[in-house]
Order: sequence, then structure tokens, then C-alpha cells
Amino acid sequence: MYQIACPHCGPRAQTEFTYDRTVDSVVDPAADAATAMQALYTRANPMGLDEEIWRHTYGCRAWMVLTRHRVTHVIEAVKAIGPEALP
Amino acid sequence: MKTPYSAFSLLRGALNGQKHWEPAWRDPEPRASYDVIIIGGGGHGLAAAYYLAKVHGIRNVAVLEKSWIGGGNVGRNTTLVRSNYRLPQLHNFFEFGLKLWHGLSDELNYNVMFSPRGAMFLGHNDGDMIKLAERGDAMRCDGIDAELLSPKQIAKIEPLLDLSRDARFPIDGALIQWRAGTARHDAVAWGYARAADALGVDIIQKCEVTGFVRDGNRITGVETTRGRILADRTGICVAGHSGHVAGLAGLRLPIESQTLQALVTEGVKPMVQSVVMSQSLHCYISQSDKGGIVMGGDPDNWPSYARRGQPTITEGAIAQAVSIMPALSRLRMLRTWSGVTDMSFDGAPIIGTTPIDGLYLNAGWCYGGFKATPASGWTYAHTLATGKPHELNAPFSLERFMTGATIDETAVGPMPNHR
Repeated sequence: MYQIACPHCGPRAQTEFTYDRTVDSVVDPAADAATAMQALYTRANPMGLDEEIWRHTYGCRAWMVLTRHRVTHVIEAVKAIGPEALP
Repeated sequence: MKTPYSAFSLLRGALNGQKHWEPAWRDPEPRASYDVIIIGGGGHGLAAAYYLAKVHGIRNVAVLEKSWIGGGNVGRNTTLVRSNYRLPQLHNFFEFGLKLWHGLSDELNYNVMFSPRGAMFLGHNDGDMIKLAERGDAMRCDGIDAELLSPKQIAKIEPLLDLSRDARFPIDGALIQWRAGTARHDAVAWGYARAADALGVDIIQKCEVTGFVRDGNRITGVETTRGRILADRTGICVAGHSGHVAGLAGLRLPIESQTLQALVTEGVKPMVQSVVMSQSLHCYISQSDKGGIVMGGDPDNWPSYARRGQPTITEGAIAQAVSIMPALSRLRMLRTWSGVTDMSFDGAPIIGTTPIDGLYLNAGWCYGGFKATPASGWTYAHTLATGKPHELNAPFSLERFMTGATIDETAVGPMPNHR
């Protein structure tokens, strides 16, 4: 277990957050069937860094993108997304 | 021919100081090429190698293991063996496996300590009981044993369960499969390894696959830390590391790796007779032959290859177990451990061909691979030997995600972290 630095609330316990999916698995509504299937049903699942969408479910409820290592669990970056990230 | 494990062999050894025993399997140098290479010396890989040699007569086989056999998920599970699934594709497959489990010690000449002590799913409300009855009916339609129990019947089997009406999770009944039970995890890996080795299979440990040898759209061998090894057919069988190994061949799989934890308490006198599981909660409880209470719960619902889990998940499983069986609160925890599970996108395994010629896949076991060991090995051997799936594993193809024929027992959809 570790802390995740929420872009809105600062560092909070990981138990406040839930993982949703990887960035590359978001299905583009305009994609053809094969591309959509690839996004929906496959993952790179690397033994290294991947970009993951997490949510501060039990906090501010905002979505964010974590660049996180799947073996060491080191979080290299946290990026706010959604309307909150707009200037 | 290996010296068989028998009372007669033991007696014969008594006359010569037990000096006639040989190592259970050889430690061979890898050859330049094989008919079949199986990547991964876990239970499923060793079982597949054994059935390739035994059933299909293909003995020029190597099992490549990056560390030591039995050190991965076959040594990290909670050893439950059952076939009580609702969907026919799943219960027919696991039932085939359960039948093999019942004869496995004789088949391998190795005591896998299979103990069919009964496994029950608890129901905590009317909805649970309707679903359990439906599951039991579906199983019985295919000739698989299932019996619905009342709380009074449960009390006779598991008197330590809290069956009072003011319990935190009242127990309304259960569905028991009497032929289900537990087995000894190490013995399964070692038994298959010894039996496969006796038939000529090379078990090569400390040999990590680092890449594939490719000729157009065909895999013709593997690059390893012990050199290049060629093969007509190569089978991936690496559980939690499926995504990584398939990635070396340029494949993306419907698999995400997560951590699954388990724990065991100090050994005590017999107090849990059967395997007690609750699917409405997420905990399962059984007692090992050494007396320790073995428990597990949910996976940590986020991707990881670290083999260390979040303590809050274990805490949740323990809290649930203590609430349904309060006497467990008096026990001390001996140790916890975790493994990397290959969570598939419909909760069912994948055994079959891949879009690449000469490359086969056995993966996606989620948190339930141990019970499948004999069936998985048997059907994977069939697929590797003939190039085609057996009717038992035909539904578990990689293409099913594209065609929409997913086998989703829990109806969660393509979200392994919600499973």
C-alpha cells in the first residue's frame, strides 16, 4: 500500500482510490470494430511503466492518470484529467 | 525406469539403507531442438508435458522454467479443487478435471494428498439461495453432484459457523459439492514433474525465455538465458506473466495481472471439516492437513507483478471469515503470501491457438487455476499435439472476445478489476 498524490487533495492513502483501466483501453466511439475490440479486450500489461486511469473515489471523486511501474509500484507522474484539468 | 514409490520399494530399501532412491527428476542441459517446448514449469505446464508424453506419445518435450518448478502460482494458491460452476462450458471442463483429480495419486505414483472433503458455498439471503439452487440444478443436469443444505444440515458439518439469526452475515443455507476438496500443492507439481521426466520430458529450470525465434508468421523456437532452443510447437503456460511473455511475440492479450493474497494460521486440531466459501462476501476457509486454517479473499483490484499485496485486502478477508466463524478470531496468523494472477476479461481461461503459427496459449486462470491443473494440462496437451482444441477447451479460444462468445460466469464484462 502506498500514497497517491491527488492533483486536487494532495497525498492520500491508496485505499481512497480505485483503478479503472489503462489509457490505451479507452474506446474511441468512431473506431472500427477491430480497433474497438483491441482497446476494449486487450492490454499491453507490461512488467514496467503503464499509464493508468485511477479515481479518487473516496475523496474528491476526480479522475486522474497515473504513470506507474507494475513491478516496483513507483508512481512517476500523476496528471489531472476531465473538466477539472481545464484551464 | 524410476523406482516406484511403494511399500515394497521401501521394504527393499530397508535392506540396503534406502540407497536405491534416485532424484525425482533429472537436471538436463537443454538440447538444440525439441518437438514441443512448454514455457513455464508450473502445475499446468508440467501436466501438459506429462499428458503429451503419456496420451500422445510425444516425448521429445522440454519444459522451460525461469526459476524453480512449483515456485509460482502452483505453490501460492489455497489448494481448493471443485467443479461447481453455473455455466456448462466451465463446469464440464472443471468436472473433467475433478474426475482426473480423483485418480491422480495412482496415475502419477505420487501422493498428491487429494482430500474430497466437500466444498460449500454459503447463502446469506433469499437472492443467494435462489442463485445457489439454480447453480446446483445446472450442475446436476450435467451429472455433477450438488446438494442444497439447510442451516440445520450445515450445523452438523460445520458447528463453528455462526448460524444464529443475529449474525452479521446470517446463513440461510449452502450448496455443497461433496466430491470437491483440497490437495497438496507442492506434490501436484512434483508428481507431474517426476512422472513427465520418467517418460523422457526434459525439465529445465533456471532457464528464462527472453524472446522468440520467428520465421514470417511462425514461431520456430525461443531465445533463453541458456541459449537458443528450437521447436516445432511452442506453448506459453506462464499464468500471471502471460502478458509479458506473449508481448515478446508481439501479442496483446485479454489479460491483466493482479495480486492475489492468501494466509494461513498456526496449526490447530480439526475445526473446519469441509471447504467453506462465501461468494456474496469474498472469503474462503479450509484447514490444511497440518492443521493451519488457510484463508483467502479478493484480488487487489489493480495491476501488479510485485507479488506483494495490500494489507487492507487481507484484513477484509479475515474480518469476513471471523464474522461467519467467530472462533477463528482466537488464532494467530502464521504467514501471508501472494501470487500474480492472470485476470482474463470474462473470468474464464484461454487454452488454444494464437494468430501466430506454432505458438499456443494457456492463460487467463484468474484466481482459480489450481483446481484446473489436470484438465488444463490434458486439454493443452491435446491442442499442442494435434494443433486443434479438444471439445472441452474449444469454447475457451482467444477469438471468443472478438466474436462475442465470452464465458462470463459472474457477468461483470471486460473489467478484470471488478471481477
